[in-house]
Amino acid sequence: MANHLSKYLPLFTDAEVPHTVQARPDTGLYSAKLGIWLFLASEVMLFGGLFSAYIFLRIGAEPGYWPSGLLNVPVGTMNTAVLIVSSVTVVFAWAALKMRQLAKYKLYMLVTILCGIIFLTVKLSYEWPAKFNHFGVFIKKESAAKYEEFLGNKHLADSGQPPRWEITGHLLDAPKGSKYTEQAEHNAEHFAHETGRHDAVTPAEDDFVVQVDAINANPSDKDNDRPHFWPRPMSTKLAVISVKDVESASVFAPRHSTYFATYFLITGLHGLHVLGGILVFLYLWLPLPGGTGLYRSNPEHLANRVEVAGLFWHFVDLVWIFVFPIFYLL
Amino acid sequence: MSNTHHPVSEVATESVHDVPANAAEIASHAGAYLKVGAALLVLTGVTVGLSYVDFGSRDMNIVVGLLVATVKAALVAAIFMHLKGEKITIWRFLIMTAVFAAGLFFLTFLAHSDPISGTSHATH
Repeated sequence: MANHLSKYLPLFTDAEVPHTVQARPDTGLYSAKLGIWLFLASEVMLFGGLFSAYIFLRIGAEPGYWPSGLLNVPVGTMNTAVLIVSSVTVVFAWAALKMRQLAKYKLYMLVTILCGIIFLTVKLSYEWPAKFNHFGVFIKKESAAKYEEFLGNKHLADSGQPPRWEITGHLLDAPKGSKYTEQAEHNAEHFAHETGRHDAVTPAEDDFVVQVDAINANPSDKDNDRPHFWPRPMSTKLAVISVKDVESASVFAPRHSTYFATYFLITGLHGLHVLGGILVFLYLWLPLPGGTGLYRSNPEHLANRVEVAGLFWHFVDLVWIFVFPIFYLL
Repeated sequence: MSNTHHPVSEVATESVHDVPANAAEIASHAGAYLKVGAALLVLTGVTVGLSYVDFGSRDMNIVVGLLVATVKAALVAAIFMHLKGEKITIWRFLIMTAVFAAGLFFLTFLAHSDPISGTSHATH
C-alpha cells in the first residue's frame, strides 16, 4: 500500500518532487504555477455559476423585490481597502523572498495574515450578525394601501420608481408562537431603555411591531429615493402590522429573499476562501518544514510557494472587487 | 536544454541560495506594485462615489459600476498576478476558461430569454 501510494503521491516519500523550482522545459513553468492556474480556472466556473444565479434571480425579480441600501457601505468599503492592501503586501512578501530578505518576508506576510483576519472578523462579528438582528416584513399587495405611510407607493409611482412592498427595521413584538419572540423581547427592552417608551409591545397576539428604518419612516421623502453612503439611524417610529397583511416576514437571513440568499451564499463562499488563504499563509509564515523552515534549504522553493498562494489570494481579492459593488452599491 | 533533465537537487544546491539574477528587476517592480495598490484604492473610492451619481437609471449605474470593477480586476490580474508577460500555456488556459465561463453565462441568458416556448415555469 505504501509503495502504491508513494508511486503516485511523492508527498509520502523522500523522493524529490520534480519542477518545484526549475521550470519544465515544455511549459516553461514550475509545476505548482501550472497547478494553481488550473485550480483558479475551476474557481472561475464555481463563482461564475453563483454570479449567473445572482443575475438570473435579479433580472427575474418582480419590481420592488430587489432591495438596495440594506448593507453598510462604509464598512464594506473599508473591508475592500483591507483586501487591496493585503494583495500589495503579499506581492511584497514574495519579492522580499526573491531578494533573500527573510525578515522583510515575515513582516509583509504577517501584515497580509492580519488583513485577512480583519476582513473575516468584520464580516463575521459585525456585518452578518447585524443582518441577523434586522427584520423585514413583506406586505401583501392587496393590503399595501393600509401601510402607505411606511411604503410611500404614491410618491414612488408619481416619480416613476418601482414600488416598495417591505417594511424593515428592528422587530419589537412578534405574533404569538413566532420563532422571533425572543429576539423581539430583547429588542423591545433595548428600545424601552433608549427611548423610555413602553408602547412597543401590543396586547394583540397576531401583530408584528417593527421599529422602522429611516426609509420607511419617511418613504415619500425625495431624499430617500437614492441610497446613502452613511447608514442613517433607525427612526423611533413603530409600524404595527397584522399577520393577515403579511406576505412573508423574517430576519435578514438567506430565507428572507433571493437578494439575501445570494448575498450570504456568495460572501460566505468568499469568506471560506479568505479563511483558506489565511491558513496557507500561516503555514508559509511559521517555522515549519514546509514554511519558513524551507528557506534554509531552498529559498527559491519557498518563494514559489508564496507566489502560488499569492495568486490564489489575488483571485480572492478579484472576486471581492465584483462582489462589493453588486451587493453593496448597485 | 540538457541541464533541465538534471535532478533539481544537483542544480539547485548551488543556485537556490543566491539572490536570483532577476532580483534587481523584481525590486524595480516594487514601485509599480505600490502604484497599482494606490490605483485600486482610488478606484474603490470612484466605484463608491459613482454609485451615488444618478446616471438616469439603475441599469446605467450598474453598467458604470461594473466597468470600473472590470478595470480594477484587470489591474489585479495583469500586475499582481503577473499575467502581463506570463507564459503562453497559462494564457491558453485562461482563454479556454473565458470561453467556458461565457458559455455558462449564455446558458443563464437562454434560461431567462426562454427561446423554446413553453419550457419556462416562471410566472413572470
